[in-house]
Amino acid sequence: MSSTLRGLWFMISGMVTTDAPAANELTAAQRAPARSTDRDQVLRNALSIALATALYAVSFGVLSVAAGFSVAQTCVMSVVTFTGASQFTFVSVIGSGAGPVAALAPALLLAARNSLYGISLRSVLTGSVAKRALLAQGVIDETTAMAHAQPEPAAKRRAFELTAVLLFFGWNVGTLAGALAGQGLGNPKDLGLDAMFPAVFVALLAPQLRNADARRAALAGGLVALALVSFVPAGLPIIAAGLVAVPFLVAANRCGDGGLGSGT
Amino acid sequence: MSWWPVLALCAGAYGFKVLGLAIGGRLDSGAAERWHLEILVVPILAALIAVQSFSTGHRLVLDARAAALLVAAFLVWRRAPFVVVALAAAATAAVLRLLA
Repeated sequence: MSSTLRGLWFMISGMVTTDAPAANELTAAQRAPARSTDRDQVLRNALSIALATALYAVSFGVLSVAAGFSVAQTCVMSVVTFTGASQFTFVSVIGSGAGPVAALAPALLLAARNSLYGISLRSVLTGSVAKRALLAQGVIDETTAMAHAQPEPAAKRRAFELTAVLLFFGWNVGTLAGALAGQGLGNPKDLGLDAMFPAVFVALLAPQLRNADARRAALAGGLVALALVSFVPAGLPIIAAGLVAVPFLVAANRCGDGGLGSGT
Repeated sequence: MSWWPVLALCAGAYGFKVLGLAIGGRLDSGAAERWHLEILVVPILAALIAVQSFSTGHRLVLDARAAALLVAAFLVWRRAPFVVVALAAAATAAVLRLLA
C-alpha cells in the first residue's frame, strides 16, 4: 500500500474507532497501551482535533463578524493570535458592547497560560532561535496536551508538530468559512458548537490523568477556577488554576519519580 | 472596528508564547526533567473545562453544556475517537436546547 493510501486509511479508520487495526505492523512491545506510543494513534487524534477545531472555528468566524470585525481582521486574529479561548473572549466582550481595553484584559490573561505551557515544553521545543520563534506560535492547549501524552521527547516533539500544523490549518480554514458565511449560518449555540471545546479538552486531559497526583491537580484546578469565576476578571481563574500545579511540582521533584511520567 | 485592538491582541498572544519558551530556555534541562513540568497542563485544562461548561460570564450555571460534558466524559472513558466525542457533545447540547 502506498504511503498516501495508508494515510487515507488511518484518517478513515480514525473516524470510526480508536482501536482500529492500523497498527498491525507494530510489535506488541511498541504498543504500550497506557503510554500511547502508537504513532498512528497520534495522527488520528491530531486529525480528529483539527476537524473538531475547524467546526469550532466556524463559530468564531460568525461571532467575530457579528461583533463588528471585518473578515480580514477576523482572519488575521486566527492566523497571528492562534489561541481560541482568548479570541472567543475578545470578540464576545466587544460584541457585548464593551470597549477594546475591557476586551483585551481578559483575552490576554487567558493567553498568559501559553507561557506556562512554553515552560513545560522546555525539553521538547529545542532548536535555533528562529526555529523556536516559529514553534512558539504552536504553543496552545491542544499541542501541549498532545505532546505530554507521549512518553519521551522525540515522540512529544512529533505529536506537538503534527497537532500544531493540522490544527493551524483547521482553525484558519474554519475561521474564514465562518467569517464569510456570517450570520447566514444561524446561532452557533443552536448547533451546540460551544459544547465542543470542553469535550475536546476532556479527551485531551484524560491521558494526562495517569496517577493520583495528576488527578488531584485536575480536581483542584477545576474547583479553584469555579470558586473564583464569580469574583475576579475573566481569565484570572485559569491562571490561578495553573498555580495549583506548583505544590505538585515540588512533590514530584522531592520524590524524584512521582511525576506524570511514572504511572502508578 | 479599528485595527489597533486586533494587533494588540496578536502581539500580546504571541508575546506570551515566546515568553514561556524564553523562560524555559533558561532552565537547566536536567532540572526541567526532574520537576515534571508537564503537570502544569493538567489543572489548566481542568479549569478551562470547568469554566467553559459551568459558567456564563461571571455566573455559575447548569445548562445543556453540563449534559454535553457528561456525554463527552462517558465517550472518552469508552475510548471513542476525539471527533466522535466532540460531535456527540455538540449534538447533545443542540438537542437539549431545541427541546427546551
